[in-house]
Amino acid sequence: MSNIPSGSVARTKMDKVRGSLSRRHRKQFILQAMGITAISLAFLMLFILLASLISTGHKAFTQTEITLEVFIDPEEISAERLPRGNFDDVLAAALAADLPSVDPNDRAAMRVVGGILSNGAQFQLRDRVVADLSLIGQTIALSVPVSDPYDQLHKGLLDRETPESLRRLDDTQISFYDRLIEIGAITSSLNTGLLTNADSRFPELAGLKGAIMGSFWALLTCFLISFPLGIGAAIYLEEFAPRNRLSDFIEVNINNLAAVPSVVFGLLALAVFIGWFGMPRSAPFVGGMTLALMTMPTIIIATRAALKAVPPSIREAALGVGASRQQVVFGHIVPLAMPGILTGTIIGLAQALGETAPLLLIGMNAFITSAPATPFDSATALPTQIFIWADSPERGFVSRTSAAILVLLTFLITMNAIAIYLRSKFERKW
Amino acid sequence: MDDLRAINCDVDTNATKISARGVQVHYGDTHAIKDVDVDIKERSVTAFIGPSGCGKSTFLRCINRMNDTIDICRVAGDIRIDGDDIYDRSIDPVQLRARVGMVFQKPNPFPKSIYDNVAYGPKIHGLARSRVEMDEIVERSLRRAAIWDEVKDRLHAPGTGLSGGQQQRLCIARAVATDPEVLLMDEPCSALDPIATAQIEELIDTLREKYTVVIVTHSMQQAARVSQKTAFFHLGSLVEYGDTDDIFTNPRDSRTESYISGRIG
Ligand SMILES: Nc1ncnc2c1ncn2[C@@H]1O[C@H](COP(=O)(O)OP(=O)(O)O)[C@@H](O)[C@H]1O
Ligand SMILES: [Mg+2]
Repeated sequence: MSNIPSGSVARTKMDKVRGSLSRRHRKQFILQAMGITAISLAFLMLFILLASLISTGHKAFTQTEITLEVFIDPEEISAERLPRGNFDDVLAAALAADLPSVDPNDRAAMRVVGGILSNGAQFQLRDRVVADLSLIGQTIALSVPVSDPYDQLHKGLLDRETPESLRRLDDTQISFYDRLIEIGAITSSLNTGLLTNADSRFPELAGLKGAIMGSFWALLTCFLISFPLGIGAAIYLEEFAPRNRLSDFIEVNINNLAAVPSVVFGLLALAVFIGWFGMPRSAPFVGGMTLALMTMPTIIIATRAALKAVPPSIREAALGVGASRQQVVFGHIVPLAMPGILTGTIIGLAQALGETAPLLLIGMNAFITSAPATPFDSATALPTQIFIWADSPERGFVSRTSAAILVLLTFLITMNAIAIYLRSKFERKW
Repeated sequence: MDDLRAINCDVDTNATKISARGVQVHYGDTHAIKDVDVDIKERSVTAFIGPSGCGKSTFLRCINRMNDTIDICRVAGDIRIDGDDIYDRSIDPVQLRARVGMVFQKPNPFPKSIYDNVAYGPKIHGLARSRVEMDEIVERSLRRAAIWDEVKDRLHAPGTGLSGGQQQRLCIARAVATDPEVLLMDEPCSALDPIATAQIEELIDTLREKYTVVIVTHSMQQAARVSQKTAFFHLGSLVEYGDTDDIFTNPRDSRTESYISGRIG
């Protein structure tokens, strides 16, 4: 008798559980679907970004060059008057030899022929001659970049179907190009100049060396200032400072500092470093100090989090055997927190590497055609160089801008990879 | 005090090692220890028992001044070891902790080698003058903690790679490496399996030959097995203190009786 109700009670209970089970399964399914959608969307965005950068940027990684047999005419170039040498005329004459339709005495036509070559070609020739004066009077083979419109034409970015009046190259110029292709003078090669040249007005010559060196000096300065100060401040605040109103106030302000828009730091640097202290404009050193102002709160917050994450049992263990506070902190807590500190620091530096606004304000967007040899020379940085190039009207800078972004992203990914490597290396030691 | 002193020839012939009078501990507004008087005998095992949150750990941590590291903790009263007031201004807690070692609830070896774990205390206190001397200290400590045979072939392997029971014995070795007079243990077996627990209990019994051991435990069987004296805490007060056999067979206070018969938990 008593078994029947208890059996039915059990059955209705299991029915209820089953009902709630399907509800729980449905909820879990929805949650998972939303998570997968979110991740897919993020990946899609990343893919679109990279695809568009690579599709426009990859063209900047090759450079169209022309190979010429150049007769270094002693009448135009003499050892005594090297700086006055007519290197461009010599090059134009060499080109005209390959173009039978051109009359070498027609000055206007020769100017058009000379326009095939990059403006930098004459300097390359000059550098060769300066390095070896015995070349004067001889014929040498020389590969030089072509100018931007021909580079665009070769890369298929200039449409031959466009009416002649709207084209950057007229029919004669295109016939020159076709003739040079015919005789095999025009080739494509890897554009090492993108990394080894400094900035230039001419896109085919412009490179990132100045920007890379500028960013390097700025980041080095930033690291040397923000790493010791940030870690020191974090250790003091976390381990030694008494908890009172003042330390609370400082803590709130450090968190606020991390949230201040970077342009404000730029204005501060402009007013204080450049205005009051009279430091040079456009110098990576000043840029680095400005970036340090921004990186320091990041490092302080990351370091404090890493110190907090060290299990309290380690602290107790060390105190228990009689370690002093300083021995506990520097012998146990800081070494154990180091992976977290380094990761935070590198992420802070990666942020600083990509930071544009404060560098614009202190003038690191100047047009500078040589790489900085010291942190005190004028320079640009990678993000400001991208800013400058994106703003330039020449077609050739479009692909170079994307290429520069790819270079910047490569540096950022490398830094993050180093952070991950350091972290795993430290972890294995324990 | 006389009524609390149990009649046990074995232990009572020993001198008093730690004597506490009128100890009060506050965490902010929480009154965690209320006016505790206790005398702990030399070379014996004293167990602190009582329900969770009654202040056993807090009182234990007064003895090596670990409570100093908690900002909101205030300790008042008088605690003496061998007659020296350990809260005297002239006593540095760092120096005190070389005399009073501690073993914690969860095994907490440093993420270093077994050797470095044991050598750490002697190193910071400058107890070894040479590498050879340090090797001796390490071996002696590991032997005392009954773990030497298990680790002698891998002294430079990480201490965190040992099993839980081995880690706890390593922590005991680390605590005895500075050759303390008093060894405090806060529920040293609560994270261990029964076999490891039995090994530690056996070890505690041998440690009594050299050290004054004070152990907090939530297991009354453990208190009965390892200790000569037992103190029962309740809500921050020391309710009853005496010979372990007496406490368990013939408790004087009704709260002690309720606790050991399982009515307060
Ligand atoms: N760090 C602390 N901060 C504030 N209160 C604490 C702290 N440690 C312990 N207490 C309080 O003190 C009382 C005694 O705790 P404890 O000594 O840990 O008890 P037991 O070890 O006997 O379980 C408890 O009420 C607890 O909440
Ligand atoms: Mg406790």
